Amino acid sequence: MPQMLEGSQAIARAVALCRPQVVAAYPITPQTHIVENISKLVADGKLHCELISVESEFSAASVALGAAAAGSRAYTASSSQGILLMCEVLYNIAGLRIPLVMTCANRAVGAPLSIWNDQQDSMAVRDAGWIQLYCSDNQEAVDATIQAYRIAERTELPVMVCVDGFVLTHTLEAIEMPNQEQADSFLPPYNFARALNPQHPTSIGTLVSPDFFPEVRHSHHQALLNAKAEIIAADQDWAKITGRSGGGLLSVEGDPDAKVGILSIGSVVGTLRDAISEFPESGPAKLIKLRSFRPFPSEALLEACAGLTELVVLERALSPGSGGIIGTEVRAALAGVEGAPRIHNFAVGLGGRDIPLDIYPRLMEAVKSPSPATFAIFDVNLEKLPEADR
Amino acid sequence: MNEISIPLSELRRKQPRFAGLESGHRACLGCGQALAARLVTEAAGPDVMISNATGCLEVFTTPWPESAWRLPWMHSLFENAAAIASGMEAAMKAQGKSTKVIAMGGDGSTFDIGFQALSGMLERNHNVLYVCYDNEAYMNTGIQRSSSTPHAAATTTSPVGKERMGKRHLKKDIISIIAAHHVAYAATASVAYPSDIRKKVRRAMAIEGASFLQIHAPCPLGWGHDGAVSIEVARLAVQTGLFPLIELERGELTGAMPLRTPKPVAEYLKAQQRFGHLFKDDPRALEELEHLQAIANHHIEIYGLRGDGVDSYDSEGADTVRRGGIRWA
Repeated sequence: MPQMLEGSQAIARAVALCRPQVVAAYPITPQTHIVENISKLVADGKLHCELISVESEFSAASVALGAAAAGSRAYTASSSQGILLMCEVLYNIAGLRIPLVMTCANRAVGAPLSIWNDQQDSMAVRDAGWIQLYCSDNQEAVDATIQAYRIAERTELPVMVCVDGFVLTHTLEAIEMPNQEQADSFLPPYNFARALNPQHPTSIGTLVSPDFFPEVRHSHHQALLNAKAEIIAADQDWAKITGRSGGGLLSVEGDPDAKVGILSIGSVVGTLRDAISEFPESGPAKLIKLRSFRPFPSEALLEACAGLTELVVLERALSPGSGGIIGTEVRAALAGVEGAPRIHNFAVGLGGRDIPLDIYPRLMEAVKSPSPATFAIFDVNLEKLPEADR
Repeated sequence: MNEISIPLSELRRKQPRFAGLESGHRACLGCGQALAARLVTEAAGPDVMISNATGCLEVFTTPWPESAWRLPWMHSLFENAAAIASGMEAAMKAQGKSTKVIAMGGDGSTFDIGFQALSGMLERNHNVLYVCYDNEAYMNTGIQRSSSTPHAAATTTSPVGKERMGKRHLKKDIISIIAAHHVAYAATASVAYPSDIRKKVRRAMAIEGASFLQIHAPCPLGWGHDGAVSIEVARLAVQTGLFPLIELERGELTGAMPLRTPKPVAEYLKAQQRFGHLFKDDPRALEELEHLQAIANHHIEIYGLRGDGVDSYDSEGADTVRRGGIRWA
C-alpha cells in the first residue's frame, strides 16, 4: 500500500528499517529533514540507537567511522559544504575499509553560495574510494538505502547513496515502504569481522611504507570493481522480496531501436521520462540511467550503447577547465570501440536551475549538429555575463 | 599480531602487570611520550579501546606489519581522535559493553587541529578519557611551534634571529579551557611522576563521562637535551612552577602538587637548547627570562603551590620521588 511521504521522511524510515546502532550527523540544508525524521523516530521510541548530534560534519563522519570500527552499524548524512568538510574522513573510512552507509542530499558547492541541487558535492569525492549509487526517485532512495547496507557489509566498502536535494528530499511521492520483516530477511545483523575488541586486540590504521602502499591501493581498487557483482546481487535479491529493482549498475529504458541515447544520473532521469512522453514528435530515444557511478560500469555501458549513433551525456556537475565528469568517463569507456556513438556532453540543472521539459526536443535538435558539443553548460544565458566572460 | 585469549576478568586481576604498549617500538631514546603511553595503558588495564591521533606515537608504534599495541587500537586522522572515540563509546553503549575508550593525541592534535572535536566530545560528555601527551611542539613533522609551545622557545617555525627571541606568544592554557567544559575530571601530570600518572588515570577510568589528562612529556630531539635526562628535565618543569600538576573537578581546582621551595625557571630552561638563546649576552634574553619567571610565579600564586611545613597532600609528589618513589600508587 503506497504512502505519500516526503523523500527525507521515507529515507529516514528506510534507515530505521536497517536498525542502525549509531547515527551521527550535523545539520545542513537539504539533508536536515532526514536527520530530523530519524531524531523523531528515536524520540518516539520507534528506533533504538545512539543518536549523536555532533559539532561538525567532520566529526559526524568520524563518529560513524569510530562506531562502525567498534562493531556497530552506523549511519550519517550530509550535503554540499558538509561533504567537502568530511572529505578527509571519507577517504579514511574507505581506505580503512570500514562498512558504513551515508546519504548525500546532493547540493551545489559554494562559492557562490547556493543551497539548491546539483551534484558537485558527491562528484568532488568520487575518488575517495566509496561506492556511489544515484537515485532517480524516492522509491529508489528507500530501496537503495537498504541495499547499501548489505553491499557495504559484504564488500567492506562504504556506500554513499546520492539523492538530489529538494528535487527528491523535499518532494512528496507515493512510496511503498518495505516492512521490518522484509528488511530483516534481506539484511542480517551487522557483524564486522575486524571490529575492535579487547579480547582480540588489533591495530587499525597503521603507518604503511612504500613497500606495501601500492598493494593496498590495488586491493581497494579491485574491491570496488568486485563490488559490481554485489550491487547487482543486492538489487536482484531485493527485487525477489519486494518486486522492485533499482536498476543494478545501469539500466536502459525507452525505444530499444532508437539511434539516440541519453545517459543521465539522479532525478534528471525522471524529468527525461516525462519529457520524452511530452514530445513524441521529437523522435525516440533510449534512456540510460547510470545508477552506480563508483564502481563505474564500463561493460554495461558498452552494451547499452550498442546500436546508438548519438549519445547525450547529461550531468549535474563539471570539472572547470576540463568539462564534464561523467562525460569524460563515458568517452574513456567508449574510446576505441568500433561503431561507438558520437558523444554530446552537457551539464544541466546547476545550482538548482530548472530543467524544463523542452530540454528533450532541444537535445534531439542538438545531436543533429555536424560537430558534437564536447562539453557545454546547457541553458546558460550569456547575456547575463560581461563580454569578457562569455 | 598478539592475541589475548584469556578472559577479561583474569586480565583485570593481573592488571598491574598488564602492558598495553609493548617494548620494541621505534620511539627515540628518552621519549617522554612513549613512557607516558606505557604508564597510561598499564594503569588503564586491558578492557580498553584506543583512538590515537596522527603523530609520533601512532607512527613509532605501528609500522605495518608490526604493532606495539596489545589493545584494540585505531588511528584515523590528525584532528578527529576525540570524535572517533565518541563513536567507539557510542558503539560500546549500543552494545551494552563496559569497555572504556581512551583517546590519545599530542599537543598539536589536542590544542590546535583537533580542538573542536575535543570540545564536542567533552560537551556531549562521552565516557572517554582523553590523554594529551604534551611535548610542546609538532615534533613528528620536525619541531614546528604549536599553541602549546612555551613563550620564547625556539622551534623551526619560531626560530631565534635578529628580530625574534623564539615564540612570541604564550602557551595556551588548555587545562582551564577543558575545565570550563565542567567535565567531572581534568588533570595535568608529568612523566617525572609516574605514580601520580597512574593515580590520575585510575581516577579518570572510574568516572562515567568525559575526563582529560594532560601529560608533560619531554622530546629530547625537540627540546634539545640528552635522552638520558628526560625525567630530570620534566621534573624541573614541575619544580619551577612552569608546569603545575593540578586536578580540576567540574571546573573547580581540587588538587595541586605543592612545591616547598620552587626552583628558579632558569634551572629548567638552561637544561634545554630550545631556550639556549635566553642565556646569551643579550638584554632581550634577560627580559624573556623575567617573563618566564613571571609565568611560573603566576602559576604558583593562582594554584597555591607554595606549601609550608608538613603538607598532608604531599604524599606522591616531589618529595616522594626524591625519597625514591613508590612503585604503585
